[in-house]
Amino acid sequence: MLDHLSKTPLIDISQVSRSFPKANGSDVVVLENVDLTIKEGEIVGLLGRSGSGKSTLLRIIAGLLAPSSGDARCRGATIDGPPVGISMVFQSFALFPWLTVLQNVELGLEAKGVARVERRALALAAIDLIGLDGFENAYPKELSGGMRQRVGFARALVVHPDLLLMDEPFSALDVLTAETLRTDMIDLWIEGRLPIKSVLMVTHNIEEAVLMCDRILVFSSNPGRVARELKLDLPHPRNRLDPMFRQLVDSIYALMTQRAEPRSTALDGIPGTGMGMVLEPVSTNILSGLIEALAGAPYHGRADLPVLAGALQLEADELFHLGEALQLLRFAQLSEGDVMLTDAGTRFAHLETDARKKLFAEHLVTYVPFMGLIRRVLDERPTHTAPAARFRNELEDYMTGSRADETLKTIVSWARYGELFAYDERTEMFSLENPE
Amino acid sequence: MKQQKFAPLAIRRSILPSHWDILALLLVIGVIVLIAYGARVTTAPLSALDATPLSLDPVNLPIYALRTVLRMLLAIVFSLAFTFIYAAVAAKSRRAEMVLIPILDILQSVPILGFLTFTVTFFLNLFPGSVLGAELASVFAIFTSQAWNMTFSMYQSMRNQPKDLVEATQSFQLSGWQRFWRLDVPFAMPGLVWNAMMSMSGGWFFVVASEAITVGNTTVTLPGIGSYVALAIKQQDLMAVSYAVVAMLGVIVLYDQLLFRPLVAWADKFRFETTSNNLAPTSWILDLFRHARVTRLLATPLQWAGRQVWTLRLPKLPGYGSKAMDMAASRVLDWVWFAVIAAAAGWAAVISVEYLRATIGWSEIRTAVVDGCITLLRVLVLMLIATLVWVPIGVWIGLRPKLAEKVQPLAQFLAAFPANIAFPAFVVVIVHFSLNADIWLSPLMILGTQWYILFNVIAGASAFPSDLKEAARSFHIRGWQWWFKVILPGIFPYYITGAITAAGGSWNASIVAEVASWGDTQLTTPGLGSYIANATTNGNFPQVVLGIIVMCTFVTLSNRLIWRPLYAFGESRLRLG
Repeated sequence: MLDHLSKTPLIDISQVSRSFPKANGSDVVVLENVDLTIKEGEIVGLLGRSGSGKSTLLRIIAGLLAPSSGDARCRGATIDGPPVGISMVFQSFALFPWLTVLQNVELGLEAKGVARVERRALALAAIDLIGLDGFENAYPKELSGGMRQRVGFARALVVHPDLLLMDEPFSALDVLTAETLRTDMIDLWIEGRLPIKSVLMVTHNIEEAVLMCDRILVFSSNPGRVARELKLDLPHPRNRLDPMFRQLVDSIYALMTQRAEPRSTALDGIPGTGMGMVLEPVSTNILSGLIEALAGAPYHGRADLPVLAGALQLEADELFHLGEALQLLRFAQLSEGDVMLTDAGTRFAHLETDARKKLFAEHLVTYVPFMGLIRRVLDERPTHTAPAARFRNELEDYMTGSRADETLKTIVSWARYGELFAYDERTEMFSLENPE
Repeated sequence: MKQQKFAPLAIRRSILPSHWDILALLLVIGVIVLIAYGARVTTAPLSALDATPLSLDPVNLPIYALRTVLRMLLAIVFSLAFTFIYAAVAAKSRRAEMVLIPILDILQSVPILGFLTFTVTFFLNLFPGSVLGAELASVFAIFTSQAWNMTFSMYQSMRNQPKDLVEATQSFQLSGWQRFWRLDVPFAMPGLVWNAMMSMSGGWFFVVASEAITVGNTTVTLPGIGSYVALAIKQQDLMAVSYAVVAMLGVIVLYDQLLFRPLVAWADKFRFETTSNNLAPTSWILDLFRHARVTRLLATPLQWAGRQVWTLRLPKLPGYGSKAMDMAASRVLDWVWFAVIAAAAGWAAVISVEYLRATIGWSEIRTAVVDGCITLLRVLVLMLIATLVWVPIGVWIGLRPKLAEKVQPLAQFLAAFPANIAFPAFVVVIVHFSLNADIWLSPLMILGTQWYILFNVIAGASAFPSDLKEAARSFHIRGWQWWFKVILPGIFPYYITGAITAAGGSWNASIVAEVASWGDTQLTTPGLGSYIANATTNGNFPQVVLGIIVMCTFVTLSNRLIWRPLYAFGESRLRLG
């Protein structure tokens, strides 16, 4: 009997896909044919860029979202609503501000209909375990971020779930607090004091994943797929300065930049390029700052991403966004965990403001097809104006509404910097006339 | 286990009553007595009203004021119940939402006093021979002045809940019922309390107007401040009017201090924000109850009852239905639903047209529309004058924090004060100097509602960021440039909020402002308000219906064409921070 139980995996995901409807009626696939099993006694990490569908997968397991196709099972039973025995820690803590710490922790028990006395005892035990003694009657807004997330943990642990889901639980905390909370969690886990069997965590922080997980699934984006599965045999507690640790981090960086590589070599027929290119809103100030930093000492045009992330105090995810924007505009190239300035990038770094804008504009028109399109339309029309809605509709043929909005926003801000064309927010019109 | 250490101490101290206890206990007993009194007088037979006619003796005023207050309380309880049910249904069911929200939108622009004509008749017929019918009609009038915007506020809160909290309730498998009390209601609470307070300040106007009302041959006079004033007008007793004004002032102050201050201070804990606010609202009465140990004793059974309510194990939230099959079925159902609604609307249109055609002619409609235009003109001109007067004054006050702190409560108080109590004073002046009623009755419409403009402008000017003020000063921006480039855009969203309330209130007030009397002297000025008022007095129901429809159309149109675009503009372009 016991043998049978341990053989049924806690979570069994097979060939799960999920798509969301686009404005024009067709679908955007955010998660495609993902397989995942979680057994008892392991910490599994889902690592990937934003938009790689890892949070979507977590919500499918949590029973908050239904898969579009494929099979999601918890202890052999199909998941159709939040399963018993799974609880969740939220990125934003998701505490109820009108409930005290104790009431927040008791919430899940209350829903289960646990009697009041027992509820109180369990809640106090969880509060005690997670180091919140003395804060029972405080309201969340009286607590610091770290203490709030402790409440989030206590609330999830108090129901003694088999599987604890964590959705980027440390990313809203400052560096120091996050590290304390991580080590506290790992210590409790190693000592076997957590009333849970397994953990599934979503993160975009590479070091965090290497620090905590026994197994890491690296996701690729557009659509989200499992690009690689890594087993980590490093014993806990792990040391960030351990050469083995560093090597793992480096190799994951390389793995994640590798995925972006085809974009820079092939010119046509790449997913997510052409008119359907999704642009993340990245400030031109930061882009030029990054180019300058890369051009100067000590990098002289080439930098190791983990090193750069540390030096600029950027999350890996942010750095990837910036690097990809530069790569898209052919100012830099990403490969093997490194970022290298192209010739154009080096030239940009040494130009004056006006000349920079000119170079930037040239690259925009050449390498962002949609920019070229808008510019052409404006040139052709006698009035030299065009409504933004026209272009937004066109973008929506390729992406979801919110992505189209973001892309359009990026286009406006880049075009403004490059002085390619103007945009009037009130009338929502593009035009050629620049107020000079 | 730390609590046990302190337990004996707490018990010993709680035996000795504190002065807080005595005060709190007295207040609680007072409330219980009030409820008992209210129950006795409202179930009395209607003849009791005639047996004890109203008297202008100021000694009776406290009792009258009490009756008025009880009506207000009852109305707010009904409004709250309505809000919970209506908003919850609209927010949870997509199909219900399609119908309920537009209906609510229209209901908001229905003139409440016009409504009164039918409700009085309806409730009197419902409880023949009992005071209850008349009382309910009055309560219903107040209810209609409060319920709609409270419901809107709750609905909007329910639609804008933070996604993570919603997911948390799902993930921890709270039932729909538990979620309602743990998430829906608390999240909506601050908005709800604020809106209830605003509605309440509008409500005084209607309670006063609804206590003495004549519909055709039926005249209902409910003991209260409103009927007291009506009697004073009939007997031309200016002294009695001033007593009523004083009584009303007292009632509003007490209501604010004993009910709404504590509520606002209490609701502050439900505000959804991550940082703690230093400027939390305070209330001495709430502090009193929090300090009094007897409160805890009294609150324990309530808390227990509360716990029983929200831990009720009602059905769980429905899971996400499964997919494609349902999608098609649901689309068909949508069409069926839409067809049902359209049919109902069509039927309603047919019977309305039939009713109006059978009873009144097209010329009548023209009269009503022309009257509507006259009233519209009045509202516009008055709004313009009020804006020119109160915006500069409000800015001047708002930029002086010390002064604003003192004036702001006064302005809010004046907005709550039912202006119809003060009408006689104006009418006396008009009669005495033989002024032109067409012009001089008009200001009455805005007498009570102009304060909304004032206190919103004060709020806007107070909230104007000091760095922008300093920037304007350091760049030597002065005069017209300062008004048009700096402060007016800065207060615009606030001004619009106030102006919408003021304009809406003015339409409502026109029904009592365009017709005024003093003793036997009747002053009437043409307009939609007097059209409805006269039709009510004559018991001419079709005319009242027509008047309501026309006013409703005017208000809805001006909301859609003027106020909403301005509001949207203010929110998107001029909202600071």
